[in-house]
Amino acid sequence: MTFVYGDNIDTDRIIAGKYTKTLDMNTLVEHVLEDLDPTFKNKVQQGDYLVGGYNFGCGSSREQAPIALKLSGVSVVLAKSFARIFFRNAINIGLPVLEIQNHDIESGDEIKVDLLTGEVKNITKSKSYFAAPMPKVMIDILKEGGLANYLKKYGDYQL
Amino acid sequence: MTIVEKILSSHSGKAVYAGELTIVSVDGIMASDTTAPYAIKSFQSMDGKTLWDSEKCTFVIDHASPAPTEKIANLHKFMRDFAIEQNIRVFDIGEGICHQLIVEKDLVKPGQVFIGADSHTCTYGALNAFSTGVGSSDLAAVMLTGKIWLKVPETIKVTYKGTLPDGVVAKDLILALGKILGIDGATYQTIEFHGEVVEKLSLSNRMTMANMVIEMGAKAGIFTPIGLDLPYEWTATYADDNAKYSREIEIDVSNMTSKISMPNSPDNVFDIAEAVGTPIQYAFIGTCTNGRLDDLQQAAEILRGEKIASSVRLLIAPASKNVFIEAIKDGTAQILMEAGATFLPSGCGPCVGTHLGVPGDDETVISAGNRNFRGRMGNPNAKVYLSSPAVVAKSALKGEISAL
Repeated sequence: MTFVYGDNIDTDRIIAGKYTKTLDMNTLVEHVLEDLDPTFKNKVQQGDYLVGGYNFGCGSSREQAPIALKLSGVSVVLAKSFARIFFRNAINIGLPVLEIQNHDIESGDEIKVDLLTGEVKNITKSKSYFAAPMPKVMIDILKEGGLANYLKKYGDYQL
Repeated sequence: MTIVEKILSSHSGKAVYAGELTIVSVDGIMASDTTAPYAIKSFQSMDGKTLWDSEKCTFVIDHASPAPTEKIANLHKFMRDFAIEQNIRVFDIGEGICHQLIVEKDLVKPGQVFIGADSHTCTYGALNAFSTGVGSSDLAAVMLTGKIWLKVPETIKVTYKGTLPDGVVAKDLILALGKILGIDGATYQTIEFHGEVVEKLSLSNRMTMANMVIEMGAKAGIFTPIGLDLPYEWTATYADDNAKYSREIEIDVSNMTSKISMPNSPDNVFDIAEAVGTPIQYAFIGTCTNGRLDDLQQAAEILRGEKIASSVRLLIAPASKNVFIEAIKDGTAQILMEAGATFLPSGCGPCVGTHLGVPGDDETVISAGNRNFRGRMGNPNAKVYLSSPAVVAKSALKGEISAL
């Protein structure tokens, strides 16, 4: 399933600050996107896509935001652009994020994402979009499933 | 070269320019009680055993401080235990807001690279330094390696010229820029602050402005070193005359009035006149943006010998214990309390919506803070306006949003 939201989805709406003071990350899922779309947490299933407009994830540096989305089942976040801290955080926890400036994905569209090529097929609209290329270091971090595994493997950053 | 290109070059061991990826050595790091616990977990999951340099690391317990629940108390304990084990400096409850403390205790200096696990880490650009916010995992990686990879940002040059009218302050200058750039107008970029107006600003005022560049999506906001007055020896970093900028903006302040950011986005900025008369129930002065002594003094100037409206509660959280002590010594705190203000412990207070003053449904707040996203102060059914401490104080006095 594809969940589509608008521009400037800030981190307070992804997971409010009052819920972030925890190390039991599963408790975040109960409140993910609760002010934006109270029905989301009950509808989302493993493998679903989240689609945003411009500046997705603006605001706080809380890593709990991408963690909450990932644990809720979201497999990829696509947006026209991302706030930079959210983008880094998502990659670092192994949640794929694709920047697709010209997408016109709407709620209900069936899409298919190829992470290797960055191609996103909108089956409903019979068209394709391509994600902006990511730096190699980010692709490598994502391939390892996150920054912790990356550093365990490489020991240091490799550009 | 721009200032950020020069600072990142000096920390990369080679000349780097906007758009290039580079690995930089880090001079200092910081995490708060929102981000440190997960950073510790992340550090451990990287098989981290000891910090690369514990002297360069600071933990601050400021976001939910003192602990409002047993769960959070245990997170604080987890931080303290790790800090003792690793010999990390901790500023515990009531010491103040992380960004205020890092500057106040000289833990960041001009020309340095500082990484903090809090989005408002950009504040230290006031010191002609490069500082930026990251999440917990990136911070954990610096704890382990002392390094971070960065894309050298492009720079927007902003020049403020003219003469500041009475009552127009740093908060108005940065809100005015937010209106021009919008909430993502500086994403991935650095904002360089120049011009005769900012050259005269105090460090506190510069911090107010650098603090809010994240509200335009910026990676950093760096001030000209001109006019920066510090009590120690330091080396200034200037931009070259032929530095390449992605955009240049000139703002003439001569006819500027107080600004206000309306719900629910910091860039939703208007002249104060547009909001005058809006009834408020709650006024808040504090935060890493506007909780310093000069901010409290400006509020006291308005409230000296007065009483706030009976329909309003005014909460004040000084940016640090040091600020609080100074405000007690010079009588500022007494003036504010006699006017009806309630002081909170130094820390982030109600700005992050965890405790210490959550607004009720349909209530309207005027805050000297930096964000008014829906739900920011803990209740999605409240409205938050942002303005300068003096405007907040005047509004508390009148019971409605008021011009100076």
